Amino acid sequence: MAITGILALGVTATLVVGGFDLSIGSVATSAMMAAAYVMVVLEQNAMVAVAACLLIGVVVGLINGFLIVYMRMPDLLATLGMMFLLVGLQRIPTEGRSIATGMTMPDGSVATGKFGANFLALGRHRFDFFIDNLLPVSVVVLLVLALLIWFFLEYTRFGRMMYAVGSNPRAAELAGAPVKAYKIWAYVISGVFASIGGILLAARLGRGDIASGNNLLLDSVAAALIGFAVLGAAKPNAFGTAIGALFVGVLLQGLTMMNAPYYTQDFIKGAVLVVALVFTFALSNRGRA
Amino acid sequence: MVENAVFRVEGLRKSFGRIEVLGGVSLDLHAGEVTVLMGANGAGKSTLVKIISGVYARDGGAMQLGGKDFAPATPAEAIRSGVVTVHQNINDGVVADLDVATNLTLDRLSGSGAPAFFNPRRVRREAKIVADRMGLAIDLRSRINDLSLADRQMVAIARAMAHEPKVLILDEPTSSLSSAEATRLFAVIDRLRGHGVAILYISHRMSDIRRLADRIVSMRDGKISGVFEDKPLDYEGAVNAMLGRRIHLDRIVVNEAAKTVLAVNALRIAEGARPISLTLGAGEVVAVTGLVGVGKTALAETLFGTRAPLSGTMVLNGRRYAPASPGEAIAAGVFLVAKDRGDNGIVQDFNIYENISLPFLKRLSGLGVLKRNVERATARRQIGELGIVCRTERDEMGTLSGGNQQKVMVARWMSQPASLFILDEPFQGVDISARRDIATKLRASSSGRATLIFVTELDEALETADRILVMSEHTIVGEHRNADIDMDRLLAEVAGQPLRGAA
Repeated sequence: MAITGILALGVTATLVVGGFDLSIGSVATSAMMAAAYVMVVLEQNAMVAVAACLLIGVVVGLINGFLIVYMRMPDLLATLGMMFLLVGLQRIPTEGRSIATGMTMPDGSVATGKFGANFLALGRHRFDFFIDNLLPVSVVVLLVLALLIWFFLEYTRFGRMMYAVGSNPRAAELAGAPVKAYKIWAYVISGVFASIGGILLAARLGRGDIASGNNLLLDSVAAALIGFAVLGAAKPNAFGTAIGALFVGVLLQGLTMMNAPYYTQDFIKGAVLVVALVFTFALSNRGRA
Repeated sequence: MVENAVFRVEGLRKSFGRIEVLGGVSLDLHAGEVTVLMGANGAGKSTLVKIISGVYARDGGAMQLGGKDFAPATPAEAIRSGVVTVHQNINDGVVADLDVATNLTLDRLSGSGAPAFFNPRRVRREAKIVADRMGLAIDLRSRINDLSLADRQMVAIARAMAHEPKVLILDEPTSSLSSAEATRLFAVIDRLRGHGVAILYISHRMSDIRRLADRIVSMRDGKISGVFEDKPLDYEGAVNAMLGRRIHLDRIVVNEAAKTVLAVNALRIAEGARPISLTLGAGEVVAVTGLVGVGKTALAETLFGTRAPLSGTMVLNGRRYAPASPGEAIAAGVFLVAKDRGDNGIVQDFNIYENISLPFLKRLSGLGVLKRNVERATARRQIGELGIVCRTERDEMGTLSGGNQQKVMVARWMSQPASLFILDEPFQGVDISARRDIATKLRASSSGRATLIFVTELDEALETADRILVMSEHTIVGEHRNADIDMDRLLAEVAGQPLRGAA
């Protein structure tokens, strides 16, 4: 759930400039596979793995921004293409296998590298907070990033300009803003946040699992869009996104506790999302024809 | 003349909300005659056209076509009755992904009695008949996307002519055509005139009007302000009737300029236009006037860095000035209140103070963190200065009237000192009292900077400026000190010279 929230915060940045990022889920899983590959196959330490993941986030964000701003692709299509590209790319180095210590490589050798203990701690350590072992690292990271992006969007001139770009790019440009740069930055933020999510995912699983992370995109997009409706803001905002992520998490947890079958969960999430969007767009007077 | 009018409009009225757009318009169109309709933005031309073509319902008055009452409820009904309109936006008249033949016969594909199956050969046969009648020499199989603007325009008109209209309305058909392309259009219009079609031609381009007009009707503030049908046509009179001049002007005390702020030297802003040279001094308010489409906005954009000049140099406060972006212009102290505030100025999701501070966030923040109290104090000061009617500086923009929204835009750019303050059509969509407030404020605060206002309406120039420059065909053709103006010369300059290969 914390990882969903981190991805959702990234999407929020692109929503603020009037864009959208569908590639976050696959950026996260690509980062996860890259972390595993760097440590298990290349036998590097945790720092290198983290750096490689963040680099992937930055590069994907730059490419997304470039495609949208300079190649004039619609945001949904550009990031959809990037999503498919990454889903395929992350499977190439291992010919479609998951990465774990002791796996057999395509050339017959055996990968002997291990996940560093300090890397695994990112996924398994819990901080004491009133109760022993209450807060997992991922939740702390989520809280820190949420505070950071909330402060950035609400209280800095860069955040204010990003909202201006999203609301009326022409007016923002005539007010002297480098609109293209702001848009690209939004996708870089989104990419980096997604790759941080990927690092935490890898640390929790302790392997590079080809099949994990399927729900990341849906859940985090739902969280960000539900965030629109929080407090009647009717605009993308970091606080709403965090609440949205919490809401989606609690909803899933509750469904599990009520013994709702797993296969009904996506349906319920989708329904909640649609209702939230109705509240945001149809019932707010913001909709300009 | 009145007896043989094909189409008559009498006492047409239309209001939107409390605003009366048409206040009793009467108009006759005669067979085989081109009637040119002139009017500034907001005079009510498009509303009139939309009522005639069945888009809007009228509030009062009568329309007659061939002696019978004419009250179309939908555009389709107007077309079936023989009143066909070609709208300004060419791409509204054609479907870009289909070929010419399909476009020409598009209207026969729908409606009752249309065959359910699409027969390409029959379509091409019918399209050929339509094209031949128009003298249209375009390959019927080519796709609209591959055609030039002029060819698309021809197809749109030919499509309209397929209905064999009695009345044809052309709304600024040459606004995106080159002069060679326009010449082709004129040939087609001559042909239609020969066929006895009554044509209503709406345009701002004097060269078009001189070439085509049999009669000129001027509109102003929702009323017909002049009809000119005696040959030779009185073009200056028509322009005067359209731009108007109220006698009870608030006379202004003309300021003389102090030191030079901006010097523009041999600036060319359009292909084939003569270069522009001008100087603006500190403390003076200069208005640039001219009809729509003569390059006023292009000049404003060039000064503000959103458009690069073809050649020429600018010097601002003694330093070379060549802005590559609005950001650079703002840093140099050149501010622009852009026209069409809804598209180019207002950030709808922001409240008043956020809109006012937008261009100056760097100055209103420390280490990137916004100083909201300074922002809000600035906004409160500006709200007081310009008399913006609102509850607090945190009101949403949507709650303000048009005049107050425009005041916020002016307040935005007056919140920091400028070297050169440019306003492009600042009085557009603004009520008379807000207009007076803005003009008074502009003059009162003008010392220390050069102020440049681009306006189409002469009244606005006369009410606000120390000096008036006249633009025509992308260059400046006249200059007047706003003290003892030779109105005849001014109007002649606005009306331009007869066809000189206009661009």
